Amino acid sequence: MGETIQIVVTVNGRRRALDVEPTATLLDLLRDDLGLTGSKACCLVGECGACTVRLNGRIVDSCLVLAAEVDGGEVMTIEGLAPDGRLTALQERFLDHGAVQCGYCTPGQLMAATDLLARIPHPTVAEVEEGLAGNLCRCGCYVQITEAVLAAAEGER
Amino acid sequence: MHRFVYERPEALADAVELFARHGAAARPLAGGTDLIIGLRDGSARPAVVVDLKRIAELPPTIEEQGSWLRISATVVMSDLLADARIRHEFPALAEAAAAVGSVQIRNRATVAGNICNASPAADTAPPLLVYGAVVVAVSDAGTRRIPLTDFFVRSGVTTLRSDEFVTAIELPRPSAPLGAVHLRRTRRRGHDLASVTLSCAIDRDGVTRLAYGSVGPRPILVVDESGRLADRGASDTVKEAILDRLFSAASPSPRSMRASPEYRLAMLRVLGRRAVRVALVRLDGGVQDG
Ligand code: FES
Ligand code: FES
Repeated sequence: MGETIQIVVTVNGRRRALDVEPTATLLDLLRDDLGLTGSKACCLVGECGACTVRLNGRIVDSCLVLAAEVDGGEVMTIEGLAPDGRLTALQERFLDHGAVQCGYCTPGQLMAATDLLARIPHPTVAEVEEGLAGNLCRCGCYVQITEAVLAAAEGER
Repeated sequence: MHRFVYERPEALADAVELFARHGAAARPLAGGTDLIIGLRDGSARPAVVVDLKRIAELPPTIEEQGSWLRISATVVMSDLLADARIRHEFPALAEAAAAVGSVQIRNRATVAGNICNASPAADTAPPLLVYGAVVVAVSDAGTRRIPLTDFFVRSGVTTLRSDEFVTAIELPRPSAPLGAVHLRRTRRRGHDLASVTLSCAIDRDGVTRLAYGSVGPRPILVVDESGRLADRGASDTVKEAILDRLFSAASPSPRSMRASPEYRLAMLRVLGRRAVRVALVRLDGGVQDG
């Protein structure tokens, strides 16, 4: 087998033409082909959210998307959130609130929280919990993460 | 990951041809939230994976066809939740879709895939059963419309033939408002399959339709035509006796790691009573959380 598929995909604003294996996931493509290792490879079954990226305007677990499926699509990863190195308000609030311990879950949490605030600019605590239900934090920073998201929303008011 | 050939037909006829040629060796790919896990852990070993998302005839839309709504096979849970017709006319389906996985999963997982995977715990199966859904499947031999009540066989097995795949799920739009609700018991929100799922829809004539899952090899639809379950004056004892009879086909597996059969059967009755109560309030136009 080993027959590759040609795809064109825009990642963090840059168009890329790539040859991908049928078995490669979007996560493999990002990490191994493009060196974008901010998206983490963790559970690989869609439970932890460490691999969360935005695909065509919606967040997805990139471990559950084949690279071939994203042909023609647009992907944004954590590296695309602050391309010029200036952190977003949400990222700043994660830092002030101690919402980052080991940091392994943080890229996924930030992608999910950015998506949540775009959909619901002023969420309730329950809405934050629901919006981040697909992102596990084994350091247990849930309280601080929720506070950081609420503070970012407050700042926008 | 298990190796396979990836196909992305752009016309329905090409997809039909692929399934006619490969039969059981081909697997349709819609959201991939079950299939890709299976490909990785070796529980799914297709020679060919057919991506349905580029087929021109299967855009991710929910269309009105006379008195029916047609949910295309590529419609994801988030699309259902965003659709006002689904939320207003089929609230139990919207509630079930909202309970699936997480935002990331709901952005990818399709309703058709949820049904085809045929998990006894499939969240959307009970509401689709109470609303009288029909599965539309296509093959070389033409199109078949399969009532959902004739679709599930057991976990992972449906009455689809190996050369067929699902193109849509159709729902008859209720002529008068129903009172409906979807309830679920799970160990953990966001990441776990349900331990018990139950949907209830009551119409103006007092006919109560209940469908339940996760308590046997397949989701089951039962109907109380007597009107007594929906009778606001009937005593709890009478209603409980009716529910006991309706739930007699429940046979939870003793080997499940999620919950014991005793727990599931007890919760089924609790959810049954609660669902009838909530559905009646909603039938009267009231707002009541599930
Ligand atoms: S690595 Fe993708 S959800 Fe855990
Ligand atoms: S900060 Fe360590 S896993 Fe979340």
